[in-house]
Formats: sequence, structure tokens, C-alpha cells
Amino acid sequence: MLELKNVSTRYGAISALTDVSFSVAKGEIATLIGSNGAGKSTTLRSIMGLAQPHAGEVLFEGKKINRMPTHRIAALGIALVPEGRAVFANLTVLENLELGGYLQKDSKQLKKDLEHVYVLFPRLKERLLQMAGTLSGGEQQMLAIGRALMAHPRLLLLDEPSLGLAPLVVQAIFDAIAVINKEGTTVLLVEQNANLALRRSQNAYVLETGRITMRGTSTELARDPRVKEAYLGE
Amino acid sequence: MESFLQQLINGISLGSIYALVALGYTMVYGVLRLINFAHGDIYMLGAYFGYYLSRLIQGRTPSHLLDAAVVMFLSMLGCALVGIVMERLAYRPVRRASRLTLLIIAIGVSLLIEYSSQVIFGADPKFFPQLIPETQIHMGGLILTNQQIIVLFTALALMVLLNLFIYRTRTGKAMRAVSFNLDAAKLMGINTDQIIALTFALGSALAAAGGILVSINIPGIDPLMGVMTGLKAFVAAVLGGIGNIFGAVLGGLILGLAEVMVSGYGSSTYRDAIAFLILIAILLFKPSGILGKGQVEKV
Repeated sequence: MLELKNVSTRYGAISALTDVSFSVAKGEIATLIGSNGAGKSTTLRSIMGLAQPHAGEVLFEGKKINRMPTHRIAALGIALVPEGRAVFANLTVLENLELGGYLQKDSKQLKKDLEHVYVLFPRLKERLLQMAGTLSGGEQQMLAIGRALMAHPRLLLLDEPSLGLAPLVVQAIFDAIAVINKEGTTVLLVEQNANLALRRSQNAYVLETGRITMRGTSTELARDPRVKEAYLGE
Repeated sequence: MESFLQQLINGISLGSIYALVALGYTMVYGVLRLINFAHGDIYMLGAYFGYYLSRLIQGRTPSHLLDAAVVMFLSMLGCALVGIVMERLAYRPVRRASRLTLLIIAIGVSLLIEYSSQVIFGADPKFFPQLIPETQIHMGGLILTNQQIIVLFTALALMVLLNLFIYRTRTGKAMRAVSFNLDAAKLMGINTDQIIALTFALGSALAAAGGILVSINIPGIDPLMGVMTGLKAFVAAVLGGIGNIFGAVLGGLILGLAEVMVSGYGSSTYRDAIAFLILIAILLFKPSGILGKGQVEKV
């Protein structure tokens, strides 16, 4: 469904990604693990066109999407839940969700989509008219995911959804991600919390200083001594 | 007391013009974090478009009011186009450049518009045609002119419309999203370039309306008329809290009132000084402005 071929991205003179190649198959949850600064967010930004790779190709459903503007990539059916959630803090929860469905012109469908998000995250329904900036971190993460779902993405990119959240909240978020995946959305999950990411995914890639250094099924990688030592703290 | 009321009305009337122009500053700042110093010149162009359009249109429609409305609408449209072209040619190519670069370009655009206008329209002031014949209305001891009333209500109506647009429409919501977080807005599928162009168009149209409304009251127009008004509207935007729509309106009204009160009760010599006194005070004591939050960028 998604394929990166030899993608290299740099910020000014600094190389952030070098020759990154990997793919995400339809229906799976794939994960990209790595430490802080390894280039995980840059990978997602390169997919969405928020960062421009200077070499390589990004293919979505066989179509080349690098060099396309971000809003058109979004319209193709890829949604990114950015690191730090990036909810529109000065807009209400409802307005945030409506913006997620910005490209949906059919108001009946929009209502249905909203209901779908409320089923997944009942907490949001209780806070519809509240400013998004007043929500707790966990609620903001729910809102960011709900907002992304409003666009009916076929591929959902999640950047550190567990960041800064209490364990119970993280559990709830990952349960929701599992439900979203079961309903047919392919997921690419970027996580620093490798333990959690490997348990919840089928395939995994390890990113170190901008390069993919290991790849395999999540079970394989979870058993790999190098992964254990570097990322699982064993 | 009557004289105070009279000054109050004059102040609100002047302030609503500043507010119209300040809105453009604040909206563009909201989406691009750019102080568009050429904005005052758009206001001047609005007046000039109005001047030439009046000569074409005046007397061709059934009423004076309709004449004025058509002139104003077309002039707003013209300035909206100028705003879009300005953004496309001057600001979009350097969107990723530093703030300082943008600021210098803005000053350059401003000078370009001012001095090419002197070449095209002539440097001498022109007399804006009287679109609506003046009649005086006596209310108690107050003397109002029909023009003052029209100016005030038109300005208020435009502000109400803008508010409805920003807070009640899908595009307005997109505009607020762009202003809050450009990248996140793109992720929603919003064509942010279009929204930014629209912001310039709207701001410029409001400035054009300001230019015409002023010229209805004070008919002398010249290519540098936008300099002082532009600066004052900028002060109004900073005073209210730049980036904040309500702040721009509030700042405009306060500035208009302050000016009128200073010339009414103090000396009209200090009329222009008050704006900058307010700017210095606000920068010293509350740099984020009355309704603004957080840090304001140095310009």
C-alpha cells in the first residue's frame, strides 16, 4: 500500500534520512521504532510532503506521491496524527473534528462520521463545545486521532501516540488503534516505546540515525538481542 | 455634554475606518506572521479605484446610494485582486525566508506601490467626487451628516459580515486553522495557499472599503495617503493584539476615539502623535496587546 524507495531527506545541510526503504502492506499495523532523533518523524513528514525528500520515491497504492503538495496527499487517503497532536487549540472539539472532514462535502456523511468518532472516543462527545486547548493530553490525542479518522483514511500514520500519556490512557489509545485497524485502516505507527509498538504490530523497522538498520516481523524483532538491548531495556 | 457626544460619534466613525484597515494587518499576520507594510497602500489604491470608478459610474444608476455601493464593491474587488497578485508575486516565493527578509520585501512592495502610483495617478492630490450629497441631521444639539452615518454603518456591517464569515463558514474555519497551525491545516486537506490568497483578498477588500469611506468624508486623495493611515491602523492592530480579529476592531475604535478626543480637547497638533504614544506605551507595558496572547514578534 505504501512504499518508500531509497528516500533521503535533509534539513538544510543536515541529513535526516539516508536511503530509507520500507513498505507497509494493506491491512497491517507496521511500526517504525528508534530513539529520539533517529528520523522517525522526518519519515512521516516525508511521506506527507511536509518535508521534501531530495532523493528516492514515495509510492502510495502504486502512485508516486513525493513532490505532491500535502493537501493533495491527504486527499488521496493518508492521514497523519502529528507528534504532539497539533490539535487546533483555539477551536472547539467539534470544529476540530469538522476540519478533519474538511474534504467531505456531504453533510449527512459528515454526521455519520462524527457519530463513528463518538463511539470510538465517547469522551470527546462530552466535550464538543469546549476549546481543544483545554482538553487533557489523553483527550487531545483522542481528538487528534478522531480528527484524522474523519477523512476516512486508508492509511493512518501515527507519530508517538503514547508520548507524555499515563499508562492507562496509552492502553485506551492503543485499544482504539486496534479497533481502527480491524475496521480496515492500515496503520503505520512510529513509537519510542518499542515494547508497546512491537506487541501491537505485525511488522517492524528499526531506524538509527536516519537509516533502516533492522527489519522483520514484530515478534522476530522483539526477540532479537540487539533490539532487546537497545530498545527494550533488557 | 453635547460636545462630548459629538466627539464620541466622530471618534467611533474614524475608529471604524482604522478598524477596517487594521483587520487586514491582523488577518495577514495571523496566517503568515507577516506585517504587510504595503497594506496602507492598498487602502490608497482603494480610494483611487473609487475615484476613477466614480467618474464612470456616477449618475448611471437610479440613486446616489446605489452609485456609491457599486463604486465601493468594484473597488473592493479590484483591491482584492491586487492583494492576491501581491501575495503571489512578492510573498509566496519567499514564504520560507526569514522574517526580516519578508519585512524588507513588504517595505519594498509598499514603496513600489506608492511611487508607481505617483507616476500613474500623478503626485498631486485629487478631489474625490461627492458620491452622496451631504445633508445635515440635527439630533438635539448634535449635528450629524448623512455621510457620517453611512460610513459608520457600512464599516460596522462589513465587520459583522467578516465575523460571520470567519466563525460561521467552512472556509472561515479553514482560515482559523491555517492561522493556528499551517502544517496541521495542510494535513486536513486544506489548500493553504488558497486560504492565504483569500486572506490577502479579504484584507485588501476591507482596506479598499476603508479608503472609499474616508474619501466620502474627506475628499482629498493622494498617492501617499496610505502611509499615515497604514501606520495608524498597524498601531491599532498591535494595540488590540495582532493576530486577533476582535483586537483589531477594538484597537481601531480606541485609536479613533483617542485621536478625536486629543484634537477636540487638547490640541490638534498632537492628533497624529497620540497613535505613536499609544504604540510606545503598549510596547512598553503590554507588548502582546489588549486581547493578544503570548509574545509579539519584534518588527
